[in-house]
Amino acid sequence: MGAALAALMMTAPALAGAADDLKLPREHVDLVAPPFVHPHEQATKAGPKIVEFKLTVQEKEVVIDDAGTKMWAMTYNGSMPGPMMVVHEGDYVELTLVNPETNTMPHNIDLHAATGGLGGGALTHVNPGEQTVLRFKATRPGVFIYHCAPEGMIPWHVVSGMHGTLMVLPRDGLKDGAGKPLHYDKVFYIGENDLYVPKDENGKYKTYDSVGESYSDTMDVMRKLIPTHEVFEGRVGALTGKNALTAKVGETVLIVHSEANRDTRPHLIGGHGDYVWETGKFNNPPERDLETWFVRGGSAGAALYTFREPGVYAYVNHNLIEAVELGATAHIKVEGKWDEDLMKQISPPGPIPPAKIGAADPVAVTR
Amino acid sequence: MLLLMKVKTAMLAGALAAPVVAAALAPSPTHGLGGAIRLASTSFTYRAAGDFSRGGRPVEGPLRELRLPAGLLVMKRQVTVAEYGRCVDEGACPRVAVPSGTQNVPVVGVSWHDASAYAAWISHKTGVTYRLPTDEEWTFAAAEKARDEALPLIDPADPAQAWIARYEAESSRERPLATTPQPSGTFGTNSRGLEDLAGNVWEWTDSCFVRTSLDEKKETVTNVNCGVRVVEGAHRTYMTDFIRDPKSGGCAQGVPPTNLGFRLVVEPSRSAITSTVRSIAKLLRHT
Repeated sequence: MGAALAALMMTAPALAGAADDLKLPREHVDLVAPPFVHPHEQATKAGPKIVEFKLTVQEKEVVIDDAGTKMWAMTYNGSMPGPMMVVHEGDYVELTLVNPETNTMPHNIDLHAATGGLGGGALTHVNPGEQTVLRFKATRPGVFIYHCAPEGMIPWHVVSGMHGTLMVLPRDGLKDGAGKPLHYDKVFYIGENDLYVPKDENGKYKTYDSVGESYSDTMDVMRKLIPTHEVFEGRVGALTGKNALTAKVGETVLIVHSEANRDTRPHLIGGHGDYVWETGKFNNPPERDLETWFVRGGSAGAALYTFREPGVYAYVNHNLIEAVELGATAHIKVEGKWDEDLMKQISPPGPIPPAKIGAADPVAVTR
Repeated sequence: MLLLMKVKTAMLAGALAAPVVAAALAPSPTHGLGGAIRLASTSFTYRAAGDFSRGGRPVEGPLRELRLPAGLLVMKRQVTVAEYGRCVDEGACPRVAVPSGTQNVPVVGVSWHDASAYAAWISHKTGVTYRLPTDEEWTFAAAEKARDEALPLIDPADPAQAWIARYEAESSRERPLATTPQPSGTFGTNSRGLEDLAGNVWEWTDSCFVRTSLDEKKETVTNVNCGVRVVEGAHRTYMTDFIRDPKSGGCAQGVPPTNLGFRLVVEPSRSAITSTVRSIAKLLRHT
């Protein structure tokens, strides 16, 4: 960020009152925490509008696994990742970013969907006790990351939880490659976090009295590039067990998967991606029938899937070490009627029958 | 499986008069396990361990009324860090990660192999044959602390229903608040006087994983996998024998055992019997 720009920003106080230069209708949206998404139209006949969102930065200590490991998180609205914002192509996003004085550090926001000004990062630098309002036009349909980008500390703020997703839907909704409209019954918003928690000399995770005190040790772990935890929604088990996602056979879900920092490869065990925008941008035709898709660090991808069989599905980062050992696993409980045409257990596990009457050694026969 | 168990426990049938054996097991200053308790055999309810199926569909294991053929001499508490450490020092047990300064807490992070090595070593040291309990023996000893987690009956034609029910049952398990091993007695004493059953340490048993098919009258064991053993504690589970640090994750759900440890039972060997007879003779002479 240039010094002149910084000076400009500092001398122009953020106005609480909304700008009305656009003469467009306004809508205020209350955000909800992941894995859920605020109510929205999938396609709209209405013209462009100004959509107002508010993100409040919260620095706080959080527990990230069942062993009670703690870390200092920096968050938008208290969740990691921050909430998903949904607008339509051509809408204006009017974002209020609040940094309460209870925080200790300056923060800002870089929205990958926005054009210019370092994605907004150059214009939204707020100290504790300040707020700012940024407006930008959503010109490209797709799912996009947003994240904090304070000078000198960008990666630390990002891997401490300061990232989220903005979804810009085409005004006439999602379509397959041939122009046929696609719909979803619900959105699962999966935010993947790579976390780097320092350990003491005995191998135990350390705790700190403040976010600032955790900085130096955390940077040492980050620079080795191997996360101690790779999780969805900020902690191991955030989307499993009692927190498992739910769906019904016949329901179509749009799974939006974001990772602000590190590559990941979502896979739905027992299912597929019917339509996948691997790079997350809806002007590109979706790929069909994928088994695993690649979400580049610093991007979000979207996959549409209709459940066809009931049961428990695991949705994982298919680097299975990261899924099973580091935590990047979600479960989806799907109710409905079992379809024996798709799968049937013909013979349950049991003894291996002799290959032939008179054959003394079945192994020898098969060889 | 049941048959196997019976053969095993039949070997216990020679268990001797309680006070005498208990005396033979009194803690010795160098080695030997303190606090063994003799439990008189009474009947108890036991949910058979392993996978059971009827007509090719998974069903709960049958519930049985059992009675051990003889009383059971079992350690009051789990084997401690200090006790296991002596076996390590003598080169008979694999070294396991032990937090410093915690000698009188249960040793955890041990595999079935580690536990079995310890049983062999302590047996050699004391001349008393120790071993891991069978799952039946553990359940008997645990009494009200043994948890029967039968699932509701579900339409057998729909595998997903049973699957979701199991998932929900496993998801609803509480996690122990303390994850590090606690001093003996922390988790209370059961009605049989044994400490810390179903606390934050799960215990290895000697029972192998079995797959059984049930028919109208017949029960057929179709597979026995001794690479997987029954582990008991706040819930029953099955664990590959070389695992020291259990975890859940991936497609499975639920709370894995917080820690893996063990307690031993005594199987009277010939030498133990002989020495006990000698003790009896000695006692008789004194009286």
